[in-house]
Amino acid sequence: MTRSILLHGLVLAALVALEPVLSEYHHGNLARIMVLAVYAVGYNMLFGYTGLLSLGHAMFFAAGMYGCALLVRLAEWGVGPAFAAGVVCALAAGVVVGFLALRTIGVGFMIVTLMFAEAAHLGILYYNDYTRGDEGFTIPQAIRTVAGLDLSDTTTRYFAALALFAAALIASAAVVQSRTGRVLVAIRENEDRVRMLGFDPFRYKLFALVFSATMAGAAGAAYAVLFGYAGASFAEVQYSILPLLWVLLGGPGTTLGPLLGTVLMFYLIDYASGTIMPGLAALVEAQTGIAAPGLASAWLLMVGLALVLLVLFAPRGLLGVVRARMVPWLP
Amino acid sequence: MDILQYLPFDLPHPALLLAGVLEGTVLAAVLALTALGLSLVFGIMRVVNVAHGEFYMLGAVLAWFVTTWVASVTGGPPWLGFAVALVVAPVVVGAIAAAADWLVLKRLDYDPEATIVATIGLLYIIQQLALTFYGPDARPVVAPFDFRVQTPYFGYSGYKLVVVGAAIVLMLAVWLVLTRTRIGLVMRATQYDRETAQAFGIPVDTVYAGVFALGAGLAAIGAVLIVPIQQAHYLMGGDPLLLSFIVVILGGLGSLKGTLVAAVFIGLSDGLISTLYEPTLAKILATLLVAMVLVFRPQGLFGARAA
Repeated sequence: MTRSILLHGLVLAALVALEPVLSEYHHGNLARIMVLAVYAVGYNMLFGYTGLLSLGHAMFFAAGMYGCALLVRLAEWGVGPAFAAGVVCALAAGVVVGFLALRTIGVGFMIVTLMFAEAAHLGILYYNDYTRGDEGFTIPQAIRTVAGLDLSDTTTRYFAALALFAAALIASAAVVQSRTGRVLVAIRENEDRVRMLGFDPFRYKLFALVFSATMAGAAGAAYAVLFGYAGASFAEVQYSILPLLWVLLGGPGTTLGPLLGTVLMFYLIDYASGTIMPGLAALVEAQTGIAAPGLASAWLLMVGLALVLLVLFAPRGLLGVVRARMVPWLP
Repeated sequence: MDILQYLPFDLPHPALLLAGVLEGTVLAAVLALTALGLSLVFGIMRVVNVAHGEFYMLGAVLAWFVTTWVASVTGGPPWLGFAVALVVAPVVVGAIAAAADWLVLKRLDYDPEATIVATIGLLYIIQQLALTFYGPDARPVVAPFDFRVQTPYFGYSGYKLVVVGAAIVLMLAVWLVLTRTRIGLVMRATQYDRETAQAFGIPVDTVYAGVFALGAGLAAIGAVLIVPIQQAHYLMGGDPLLLSFIVVILGGLGSLKGTLVAAVFIGLSDGLISTLYEPTLAKILATLLVAMVLVFRPQGLFGARAA
């Protein structure tokens, strides 16, 4: 337990220490990564610990994002209360979806969550008058302040993102090392046996789903508040797949895996679309004479390759391998 | 007829209604082919193939390449290139699918959850490679022939009616193969009990690769048929995937008869609703219906209770 507290404390301290030394570019990136990592931490609770693979978490991210941003835009709420309202929206969505979707298992659960998320995405497009559809809308810089702090200021934004990530990380570490966390892992390993031991798996699965949805909503609302934008693209299937990819890469069922996976995938995609893909396009054209105009923008190719390679060769992810080979106590 | 004035909405003009039914029938025909492929793969292999829509898209893109190439080499009439595409596209797409089965799915031992993640990966890989080598533009394919059928209200494309006929013939052929041939028997045996089938000397790996190729090939044929009506584009796989999912689930996972009934139902209602009302609303209702069916009636609306 002390080792675990020390480890998480060190990671958070490192994130604090990085703030003054990062270049402006990486500074902005890391703030974004920490917000997205909150989303991944939530996803990990459901997928990594409880063994439920959702293909529709973008609806919770979008519930938080729009729950917050629409109140700011249409009802002129302050960003503080709007953020809280966004989180509550995602929590409520988690409860409703949980009661319905948890009646199914395995592939059924994956498709039900996918369909709910698709309906949510189409709903955002349908109510285009309020949400402005794919184009989205911005939240003006002037009103993005909480208690006198200007959230569009890069340093404030960094620490706001870090505070949210720290809260998510500590909450998730506390849950998974508690009695509840052990029941969740037991459900992942063998649900029937858990039921036989006298636990009600549904209640624990509902808890994991609502926890996970709330984290996703907090990330979505924070994204709207900190980066000042809400758009329907965040509700697309792609945004349900990305947290799955981050968690798979970092290590499902490890507390620090989501952060590691998000950082690595963010920079891999960044590097790919900036350097690898245009270079590859030039190489293909020089070697074969076939112009490949789309290759430079085909960063989703990396996502596809990463998914296939991970599921084939490293289903336990990076920290999962580390835990199995070297550090058995890794939470 | 006076009573009609109390309806809460205006009755659409019969011409619009007829247009909706015709468009719906064409959609239903192509949808049934595409969904049949998805249903076969799920029924026999228990694999939910999320990349199914991309096999459809590949069929359409290949049809464009083949017809363009044939036209430039032989200078022949449009039907020649189209006929070549109708053979080449499903064969090439089927081969790609078989390769994907051998390289990826087989190595995952067809674990349901792992294969879904892997086919999501395949979806992005295929889609982005199409973007790379085909480009972001939508391109048309000329219909193999051009005649119009006169209805009481308007002339309707004869090609679209031929598409419906072709789809029915193809589905009959698949049904005959499944129920009346040795190949079909082997497939059904594998579906019924994989291990016993293997013990009786059925090459299960080959059957799986073949079924995956057949499923993808059916999607590709559907796409070749549709591409003179709808242009080929690298993102065109999304809608058929969603609709096929809806059809296969409403029809009962793995039930072929249910799939056909549901394809006609969804195709017609989508055609009617999209012509008369708001297409986005129709899709929202359909996706919610699917989710509710899976939650409360997992055997589907039309299918028998599956194992």
